[in-house]
Amino acid sequence: MPTSRSTRIALFVYGIFIIAFLYLPLISVGFASISKARYLSFPIKRYSTKWYSDAVESSTVHDLLTTSLSVALLVTVISVVIAFFGALAFARYQWRYRTTFQKLILLPIFFPQTVLGLALLMWFNSIGIIPSWKTAVVAHLVWIAPIATLIVAIRAYSFDPALEEAARDMGANTWTILREITLPLLMPGLVSAALFAFLLSWGNFPLSLFTTGADSTLPEWLYAKMVSGYSPLVPTLGIMSVCGSFLIIMVALSIAWLYRTNKEARAARN
Amino acid sequence: MERTDRKLGLLSSLPLTIVLLLAFLAPLVVVALFSIMPQKVFSLANVPDFSAYSVFFSQGYYKSLLWSLGMALASTAILLVISWPLAYGMAKVFGRFSLVLTIAVVMSLFVSENIRLFGWVLTLMKGGLIEGHLRAWTGVGFDSPLYGVPIIIFGLVYVYLPFMLFPLAQGIAMVPDDTRQAAADLGATKWQILTQIEIPLAAPGIVVGSLLSFVLAAGALAESKILGGQTVIAIADDVETAFTFGQNWPLGSALSMILIVIIGGLALFGVSRVDLDAIMGRKR
Repeated sequence: MPTSRSTRIALFVYGIFIIAFLYLPLISVGFASISKARYLSFPIKRYSTKWYSDAVESSTVHDLLTTSLSVALLVTVISVVIAFFGALAFARYQWRYRTTFQKLILLPIFFPQTVLGLALLMWFNSIGIIPSWKTAVVAHLVWIAPIATLIVAIRAYSFDPALEEAARDMGANTWTILREITLPLLMPGLVSAALFAFLLSWGNFPLSLFTTGADSTLPEWLYAKMVSGYSPLVPTLGIMSVCGSFLIIMVALSIAWLYRTNKEARAARN
Repeated sequence: MERTDRKLGLLSSLPLTIVLLLAFLAPLVVVALFSIMPQKVFSLANVPDFSAYSVFFSQGYYKSLLWSLGMALASTAILLVISWPLAYGMAKVFGRFSLVLTIAVVMSLFVSENIRLFGWVLTLMKGGLIEGHLRAWTGVGFDSPLYGVPIIIFGLVYVYLPFMLFPLAQGIAMVPDDTRQAAADLGATKWQILTQIEIPLAAPGIVVGSLLSFVLAAGALAESKILGGQTVIAIADDVETAFTFGQNWPLGSALSMILIVIIGGLALFGVSRVDLDAIMGRKR
């Protein structure tokens, strides 16, 4: 049933409207970050990059970035390893508790994160662990490792088990098969899982809030300043964090693109 | 081959299972145990009582729960209505523009929720992006819509849009074009096609999307705090206050348990009905 021309145009306009709706608040934050005034009021009368140079020089900001970056990098590395094996159990192997496992890993994703953060705080306290940025890594993993697993699983569904069987028939052992066949085939899934893991950890607030102890991540600091004691650095750091995320996505996409063209070129030469 | 499959499946599920046992199920057990401890204790070595649960009713905490569930329900219903045309466009009409839309929506997810909600405060506040410019250009201002129940629901709709949109688009993609064409040929009106063909056939996507956005919105905290001021207290806010300012772990745990039972029950119910192999990959 072909959709009429006017309906198509209306839907198209609606789509653009929704994108604008999603990004409008970021435009406000962007303007606010270059306003000279300490107390915000639109329209902005004088622009200045003062807050950006303040942010770059501030040692608080350095600490926040270091903590956020450490958490996100560690979460990324561990999530990717867990997701590689988890996705195989999720999509590839036929084993007895597969459906139970599939459902178990969905539960943390559906769970209110504030409650999860507090539950983890009480758990760490009960077993005598003092919260720091390292416990926040554990907290992030509970939510991010399952998401990463789902992303890799989509890729794992689409590969042919016969490739592994052929390698086995030719005498390769399980470990060699994993390294030489399965890992390269799942690589695109693992790369996007890593990207998601990093960015979700970088932006996460509710889990960090209760599990970082004396350390503080960037989203925590922003929230504290929004709720009480506004600082003109809030929009500035917000925009810096957003630009950082987009930069990482761009770098990842261009690496993926270079990798693909390189591979195609090699395939063409052979 | 089957024997190796079974062994490898179990082995490769282990890392994730261990993480979830130690850092998801164990903390939940701790919450459950604390919820039956007497008020204001910080260790589990006490005689259990259920006083924290009676406080839930006697001190009006059920109001926050009802507000949270009500706002979650309202935002889910609104999301369903506003996401449907867009999901339909993504699944059937847009072609290449679908990819652009998908990337735009996913990218917005990577911006911390706090920053996006703060952006709405700047956009909507008195002297904000909209009101400030309007007053400067026309001389007429208006009162800020911030700090009320409608704006909290607006915030929930804004934040959870992707969680409704993608499952819905997936569901609509499952409706065969032939069936719609056949219904139209037989003289069905647009409304009949929508209610009798598209909605029933897209049901899995509708269920997953609604469940995700309802469950996430019911446990949300930042929207009511940042956009809503103190007009309405969300249940997640009460949970946080009980733990932090209240220093009352058993009360916080009891509130958490009530939320967990409702949300977890819904999630389990939904998850048990979904065939993950069919949605995510090929059916074996």
